[in-house]
Amino acid sequence: MTATTDLDRPVKPPTFEKLSLRRRTTDLTATVLVSLAVLIALIPLVWVIATVIAKGLPALISPTWFTHSFSGLSAASSGGGIYHALIGSILQGLVCAVLSVPLGIFVAIYLVEYATGGRLARVTTFMVDILSGVPSIVAALFIYALWVATFGFPKSAFAVSLALVLLMVPVVVRSTEEMLRIVPMDLREASYALGVPKWKTIARIVIPTALPGIITGVMLALARVLGETAPLLILVGYAPFINFNLFDGEMGTLPGVMVAEMNNPTAAGSDRIWGAALTLILLIAVLNIAAKIIGHFSSVRAK
Amino acid sequence: MSDAPTRPRADASGPLDEGAGGGPPTTSPPDRTEAKIATQPPPGKKVSRPGDRIFSTLATSASVFITVLIAAIGIFLVWRAVPALQRNQVNFLTSSVWNTTDINDMAFGVLDLFQVTVLVSFFALLLAMPVALGIAIFISNYAPARVARPLAYVVDLLAAVPSIVYGLWGLLVFAPAISPFAVWLNENLGWFFLFSTGSGSVAGGGTIFTAGIVLAVMILPIITAVSREVFTQTPVSHIEAALALGATRWEVVKTTVLPFGRSGYISGSMLGLGRALGETMALYMILRTTTQPFSWSLFDGGSTIASKIALGYAEFNNDIQAGAYIAAGLVLFILTFVVNATARAAVAGRKAK
Repeated sequence: MTATTDLDRPVKPPTFEKLSLRRRTTDLTATVLVSLAVLIALIPLVWVIATVIAKGLPALISPTWFTHSFSGLSAASSGGGIYHALIGSILQGLVCAVLSVPLGIFVAIYLVEYATGGRLARVTTFMVDILSGVPSIVAALFIYALWVATFGFPKSAFAVSLALVLLMVPVVVRSTEEMLRIVPMDLREASYALGVPKWKTIARIVIPTALPGIITGVMLALARVLGETAPLLILVGYAPFINFNLFDGEMGTLPGVMVAEMNNPTAAGSDRIWGAALTLILLIAVLNIAAKIIGHFSSVRAK
Repeated sequence: MSDAPTRPRADASGPLDEGAGGGPPTTSPPDRTEAKIATQPPPGKKVSRPGDRIFSTLATSASVFITVLIAAIGIFLVWRAVPALQRNQVNFLTSSVWNTTDINDMAFGVLDLFQVTVLVSFFALLLAMPVALGIAIFISNYAPARVARPLAYVVDLLAAVPSIVYGLWGLLVFAPAISPFAVWLNENLGWFFLFSTGSGSVAGGGTIFTAGIVLAVMILPIITAVSREVFTQTPVSHIEAALALGATRWEVVKTTVLPFGRSGYISGSMLGLGRALGETMALYMILRTTTQPFSWSLFDGGSTIASKIALGYAEFNNDIQAGAYIAAGLVLFILTFVVNATARAAVAGRKAK
């Protein structure tokens, strides 16, 4: 009888023991907390977007929203549209892009193709990092000090574009640099082997290969810059009418509408604010989605 | 024939060419010299093309321009702030008054603005840091790859929402929603200085408390993005070693990912702090201004440096008045410069290892 129990008993204790209760509890708690963190982050995103859509949609679907301005309307009268502000935002964004894209791309070309780990490369990388941390209000103050106070130009939409350049350049540099770095070295070497000069290799081989990625980065940068409001407050007045002149006069913008109508307590004012907010979000969403689609055509891919 | 490749090339163009049976007979002298140039250009005669010079000059000067730009920001802000500071009747750094309407009797100090900025930023950081850590861990170690990428994109979307929309939402939607909780905190924990009744209306919601929570949402994406990037670089061998020793999933994170990614997490948080310090529009809309002194309560109103500058936009008509705000902007620039530089230095140190 004892012999069988001896045989039944394992020769040695089991190698693997089950996890202790304490370790299992800790593991479970961590899993719950970590998942909870994700939920907490999703709440405001969903809440903000749902609010903007719910409150902005009535204004957005009015027939004149995209074709008229608020010119000549009193604070309490409904109707009118966002056309002037949409034009203003897009114009300022385009001018800003025209100025910052070449600058940003050339800085990235320097960092990837020309810099050989020297001091200038390190300083530039550092300065781009610093520039990306400059608050938009400081960029606006700098342009005020330079453009308005020192050069004596009037406040204008162009000054806003200049301030936005400061905010857009670092984003363009970062994304372009990343794209240029993942262009395979073989392509460059093949080009050199054929006797193609370096500049032509960059312009005809490296840039076209990385182009979809660069465009994606530029559009994302533009989307970020379009929502900036602080430079608008300081550098240009808000106009409820259509103005195509970047160098003179006040100009309406989507964030400008929101700031201006904050002082309007009527229902029409509330409609205008949320309508402008929804239009702005839609504009940013369009840029983001377009950037994603263009990114899919990229022949080189970031990991 | 067999020893031809081992010979120096200069010799190859010599009489040995005649011995090479396979190749076409070399006859004309110009051909020979051309071949020589192609394989071995004469030293000292480096080809310099105009296109190359223009391109490298453009690229280099663009880089120099960025550095000059940062320097110019500092120089111009100082230059434009000095005339106003000279007219200032009180100490700029230790006074809390702000009166710039009469340019012959200006008194402005940045102390209260600075304190509000610091309190609201650190409150936001305190809220955002644990959540960002959780998300980063979830994306890098818990979520399957199919979920992780879209989730990372969604969290990044939080950064795509303009700050003025956050301000609008915070003021009109979030503040009323959170106000019962704020009132409860004030009633039950009012003995603690952070929750004591301050200069703002607790129920009204235009307080540092509301603004800080909204700010936390806004800085969440950047902290998450930087931490996530570092966490995913944890060496697989470390993780596998921990798994082989029988570690649970959490123990893997605790023993490999967190020690490896700590510096990334900290520098990401610093970047978030830099963002919070300079954030303008959300605070401009949410915070209610006040004339009462600042009391280090979360239920104070007031202005941060950035929102004060934005509020003063109507005064940007003459250089002296603007100079007062530019002086405040200079403080903000230096503050964010230091915070960002520290954060970047920490990231760079991590990469160098």
